[in-house]
Amino acid sequence: MKINDVILRTVTKAVVFIILTLGVYLFFAGHHAPGGGFIGGLVLASGIVLLYLAYDIETVHKGMPFDFKKMAALGVLLATGTAIGSLFFDVPFLTQAHTYIDVPIFGEMGFSTVTIFEAGVALTVVGVVVTIILSISEDE
Amino acid sequence: MVTVLIAILFPFVCAALIPLLYRRLRRVSHLGWFVLAVPFILFLLLARYIPQIAEGKTFIHTYEWIPSFNINFTTYLDGLSMIFGLLITGVGSLVILYSIFYLSTKESLHHFYCYLLLFMGAMLGVVFSDNLMVLYTFWELTSVSSFLLIAFWHHRKASRAGARKAMTITVFGGLSMLAGFLMLFVASGSFSIREIIANVEVIRDHTLFTPALILILIGAFTKSAQFPFHIWLPDAMEAPTPVSAYLHSATMVKAGIYLVARFSPVFGGEAIWFWLVSVIGLATLFWGSFNAVRQTDLKALLAFSTISQLGLIMSLFGLGSVGHYYGYAENTILYTQASFAALFHLVNHSTFKGALFMMVGIVDHEVGTRDIRRLGGLMALMPVTFTIAVIGGFSMAGLPPFNGFLSKEMFFAAMLAIRNVEAFSITEVGLLFPIIAWVASIFTFVYSLILISRTFFGKLQPDKIDKKPHEAPIGMLISPIILSILVVGIFFFPNVLGHYILEPAMASIYPTFPSTSELTPHIHAWHGINAELLMTLGVIIIGAILFKTLKSWKPLYRIFSQKYTFNTYYNRLIEMSENGSAKLTNRYMTGNLTHYFIYIYVFFVALIAGYFIWSDAIVFDFAKDSTFESYELILVFVMVFAAIWMIFAKGRVTAMLLNGVLGYSIAFFFVIFRAPDLALTQLVVESVTTALFLLCFKYLPDLMPESAHKRIQWSNATISILVGATVTLIGLAVVHFDRFEPVSTYFNDAYELAGGSNIVNTILGDFRAFDTMLEVVVLLIAGLGVYTLTKLKPRKEKTDHEN
Repeated sequence: MKINDVILRTVTKAVVFIILTLGVYLFFAGHHAPGGGFIGGLVLASGIVLLYLAYDIETVHKGMPFDFKKMAALGVLLATGTAIGSLFFDVPFLTQAHTYIDVPIFGEMGFSTVTIFEAGVALTVVGVVVTIILSISEDE
Repeated sequence: MVTVLIAILFPFVCAALIPLLYRRLRRVSHLGWFVLAVPFILFLLLARYIPQIAEGKTFIHTYEWIPSFNINFTTYLDGLSMIFGLLITGVGSLVILYSIFYLSTKESLHHFYCYLLLFMGAMLGVVFSDNLMVLYTFWELTSVSSFLLIAFWHHRKASRAGARKAMTITVFGGLSMLAGFLMLFVASGSFSIREIIANVEVIRDHTLFTPALILILIGAFTKSAQFPFHIWLPDAMEAPTPVSAYLHSATMVKAGIYLVARFSPVFGGEAIWFWLVSVIGLATLFWGSFNAVRQTDLKALLAFSTISQLGLIMSLFGLGSVGHYYGYAENTILYTQASFAALFHLVNHSTFKGALFMMVGIVDHEVGTRDIRRLGGLMALMPVTFTIAVIGGFSMAGLPPFNGFLSKEMFFAAMLAIRNVEAFSITEVGLLFPIIAWVASIFTFVYSLILISRTFFGKLQPDKIDKKPHEAPIGMLISPIILSILVVGIFFFPNVLGHYILEPAMASIYPTFPSTSELTPHIHAWHGINAELLMTLGVIIIGAILFKTLKSWKPLYRIFSQKYTFNTYYNRLIEMSENGSAKLTNRYMTGNLTHYFIYIYVFFVALIAGYFIWSDAIVFDFAKDSTFESYELILVFVMVFAAIWMIFAKGRVTAMLLNGVLGYSIAFFFVIFRAPDLALTQLVVESVTTALFLLCFKYLPDLMPESAHKRIQWSNATISILVGATVTLIGLAVVHFDRFEPVSTYFNDAYELAGGSNIVNTILGDFRAFDTMLEVVVLLIAGLGVYTLTKLKPRKEKTDHEN
């Protein structure tokens, strides 16, 4: 059965970029404003899920040839990695460091190892959500 | 002392790298050559510290892990951990070298070496950790990694059964040990072994001291395969031979012995410790050697022999604990010698048993069988292997000029000395110690002879063996040859080992004793004609007679009915628990979603509402409440309306939409109460769940009106109302709860402490990052669970795995 989904596809084309941009924005904004790794990851995942809903799996895979299971595993590795990494600097497990660096053009910016941790969280969320939705939808 | 941290972490890092690199490495050479570098480098690293350790230095370093819970990653390098560290890395190197030739490249080597490195790291973690919780973590990790190693040939049913048995028993012991550790913590207020030893006088009177002692001993006994927990070791022989040589002779089974040695400054001197350790050790010694004689499989014979030798070492530590009872004095040396003999035999056992396991592996590999009824006459065909077998076997039997002779003489001496102890109500019982030791040694002598003669003497039976026997390739022989050289070398220069390795370890076992050199006896090969030597002569004479007449008395073993062995009890226990849990599961896993919700909600109401009522936490003080606006009221009405309509909705789509209305309304509440993070999360989660529902919507049947019995409907309604009431109760009570200081003041400093002005995020990423980290892990596991459940259905052709 061929489903007529012109509207969905047209809307998706326009909306997905907004959603993905929002996801990335939320991820970076997290430290000072609403957002963060978890919510950023969720927004990204929902954008990807929307793509899968509008197009078939093969088409999306051509555009995003990721293995989402590996992405989730990488996320966990990053999150636990920053936790263990702090041991090498002789500080308690999971200690995060932050500093301010003067970057040209942008001016003074805060940098924190929390960002790496949050990136791990975001990757895990995206990977797991997409994996679960794909497995359920492909299941016969 | 960053070295020790490297020693622990290096194997783990390499294990993580193997899956990524093995495809590239496989083209270059056998994967084992690369893995070999790991223990070898670590061995050299550790060996550099031998001179400093011998001077009595210890190295300690604390890496803060969870300082708020007293749990720190403290590495401690002293004489005792040094012995084990050297054994783990040294024997580890030899085993990996051996495995390169033993395992063909057709096997899934990347799995094998990954597990082996995991195991090695876990073992090093056990011996170098000073913190009990860290030690426990590594301890269980050795159980897990050994499970993977034993089940390496997982297509064989026996391998899986053996692995499961080892895992069940050792993890049971590990859990009881954890309980013991926690009791020690309660008694002493510290997780650090050094601190506990330093405060031992204070905690000795604590009520939890004796229970902790027993629970920790159970952990040690299960791991070291002591009677009656020994039954897992013979089954674990299903593992590939290099694994047997490593896990079951040099490392894992000695973790329990390490634990006993490590804790003897705490518990030594207690009567119950003395009796448990020495009697269980002796029982294991006797039972192991007695049963080894009747085995027909070479590896099974070695398994029982290992059990028996572990019992020997264990019983010596039990006798050595008398030294703690008396404290430092002139005549104490007589008893501390037992601990020295235990350490000495520990090293000796690793050398000769490692060589013997490798020898059996060679025979198995080149001849195709390990059954002594089919072997024989290999002496001329495999002369080097034969030599290794003789050196290892005679050392095990306790004959000169091999190292086993020296430690066995000291063992006899210690057993004889224990008769004169005037404590622990040893009176006539003391006489039993040397007698049991002596009888067990006779059986040890007999099975050592069986091992050598049945394999290498007699007639070759070409029709009963699968392959044409010939000498093993040189690479496979290197490791056992090195171990055999050590066996002989230690006999001629025992005091080098004694001074550099054993003496500092004695200082760790007897930390309160002043001078270490007085604790260390000078080892003599010839110690005059005394009782010990006569006992050895008796062993040889009676052992030889028993061996000659083996045929006539072996039927004796048939008296022991196979119905009443510990194995049968174990199997029955497993069967019972399997049937019981199956029955229980079938009863409550009805497949009806309503039932599951009933369990969850009843439990929820009972626990939460029950706790609130029990602890008088329900406090209402409406004066503190803020006023509410009219639009909030409207939102509440919308939610109530949606919720009630949902109950009576006819179609699934209607119900789902109404659920969405509820969810989005909650998000609006978050917006009103200025919690944008929560509002965002709520909105996105609501959207994603709706999408999920849409995906499975077409598979679901139409919503049928429930035709349940009136009574069930009423009970369901009651539960629902109770749940609602509980949640309302929580909501109301939390606002008025003032039992504890509010934590919100702490988060005022979020910007200075974590450099973030978003409090929610600093909580997630900094203050309570541990929760977030573990949540991520849980999320991954859940995702993989869904994936495996839906994707990896058993394929038809795989069913023949159950051979």
